[in-house]
Amino acid sequence: MNARNASIGALLLALAVVIAGAATARAGEMRGTGDLGIVVQRASGAVCIVDTTSRRSLGCVEGLGDLSHASAVFSRDQRFAYVFGRDGGLTKVDLLEQKIAARIVQSGNAIGGAISDDGELIAVSNYEPGGVKVFDAEDLSPVADIPATYGCQETRSKVVGLVDAPGRRFVFSLYDAGEIWIADFSGSGEPSVTKLDGAGELPYDALITGDGRHYIAGLFGEDGLAHVDLWDEEPAIRRILDGYGRGERKLPVYKMPHLEGWALASDRFLLPAVGRHELLVVDARSFEEIGRIATHGQPIFAVARPDGRQVWVNFAHPLNDTIQVVDTRTLEVIHEFKPGPAVLHMEFTPRGHEVWVSVRDAGRVEVYDTRTFEKLRELPMQKPSGIFFTARANKIGL
Amino acid sequence: MRPVELAVVFLLIVPASAAAEPGASDRQALRHLVLQDCGSCHGMTLKGGLGGPLLPGALEGKDADALAEVILHGIEGTPMPGWKGLLSPSEARWIAAELKKGSFVE
Repeated sequence: MNARNASIGALLLALAVVIAGAATARAGEMRGTGDLGIVVQRASGAVCIVDTTSRRSLGCVEGLGDLSHASAVFSRDQRFAYVFGRDGGLTKVDLLEQKIAARIVQSGNAIGGAISDDGELIAVSNYEPGGVKVFDAEDLSPVADIPATYGCQETRSKVVGLVDAPGRRFVFSLYDAGEIWIADFSGSGEPSVTKLDGAGELPYDALITGDGRHYIAGLFGEDGLAHVDLWDEEPAIRRILDGYGRGERKLPVYKMPHLEGWALASDRFLLPAVGRHELLVVDARSFEEIGRIATHGQPIFAVARPDGRQVWVNFAHPLNDTIQVVDTRTLEVIHEFKPGPAVLHMEFTPRGHEVWVSVRDAGRVEVYDTRTFEKLRELPMQKPSGIFFTARANKIGL
Repeated sequence: MRPVELAVVFLLIVPASAAAEPGASDRQALRHLVLQDCGSCHGMTLKGGLGGPLLPGALEGKDADALAEVILHGIEGTPMPGWKGLLSPSEARWIAAELKKGSFVE
């Protein structure tokens, strides 16, 4: 090959690289996904892929169906988001290609899901028909179906509070039956399911601690929570905070609180009370109530900044234009502000230097510095709700 | 919320004449409330969620006035709250009637 041919060859090669690059990545460049995330745009059935370093939207992916109350988990390599829609849709979104990699409609009515610790299984929590379905994370092909039958074995319960636990396990609560089930997929073949009875009236949501040890379900039907220590040889339900509001009249709850994204702050955790404008402060070892914090309204999310020093709280309708920030050392509200109508969700950057806030009825997402509380950015979005960053891929229970 | 803001919210939601049908702007606010706030439990398409479906088929045989009572006073022992602090009786009746007609969703 002479010099001229060699240079033509190099030119063609460069051209081929450019063409291939344009076809696979819209940005036209190699990039990581560790600082990416998605914002659910409920109105248009889309998720927008956001870059938390440049604080901008990279593009939106449509065709995800009814995304009211949608949530997401991420693949271990943080390239794919699995988005759970209310209409039973499960969509695998490629964040780099900005397109749908796989999509199924797996039930009539669903409420979130989880990914196994090895990243191989996606579990979805269903209202109708009540139960949990599990799929292969690669192509969303079916792996297992766990109907939430109880009592006479003909009734099916709605399933809530589905989380992953170490050892290819999923833990979830049966809303109508008051039971907590542990499905273990560590063996080959069908999962082994442990059913724990006596959680209490109407468990409505649950959380698992970041170490994968404690599963705690909130109860709507009574004042108290159900706790399972997953490190026990034979896990059992223990009631904690029984009668935390005994004798007090409950206020109407216009929106159910969430427990996921619960706030562990050093040696205590903060939970939304039900029917009270309060956060409960609970000792993280004894699980006894050690205090309460009066809040602006019925708390919906109480989310700890990743270092645990602050807890950010949003509220139920009609007081949902406000955020309060609690200092977890003094348990005092140190900051209160009104981003706008219908603050639905808050998500921290992995180390907590900034927080993204969706303000649904204002049609925007706002980004704040968590130390100075300065607003750094506004991004226009259509009815934004949930915000999920890829760092969740590395956390148990998220 | 300060009293002034609370008053503004009520002006937006509660029509001046509580006995009459809600006016156009009130109907818009009520439609928003049904889809977004009722929708957080009953689904934004009202097909049901933690709460049951609110589509005409599911409400067949249920009296609109009885439904309005449920909206105002809630259902004891369930998460359904009473909305009487936020809605007037005529608004609740209007919502109940429109739910039965299916006019909130396409």
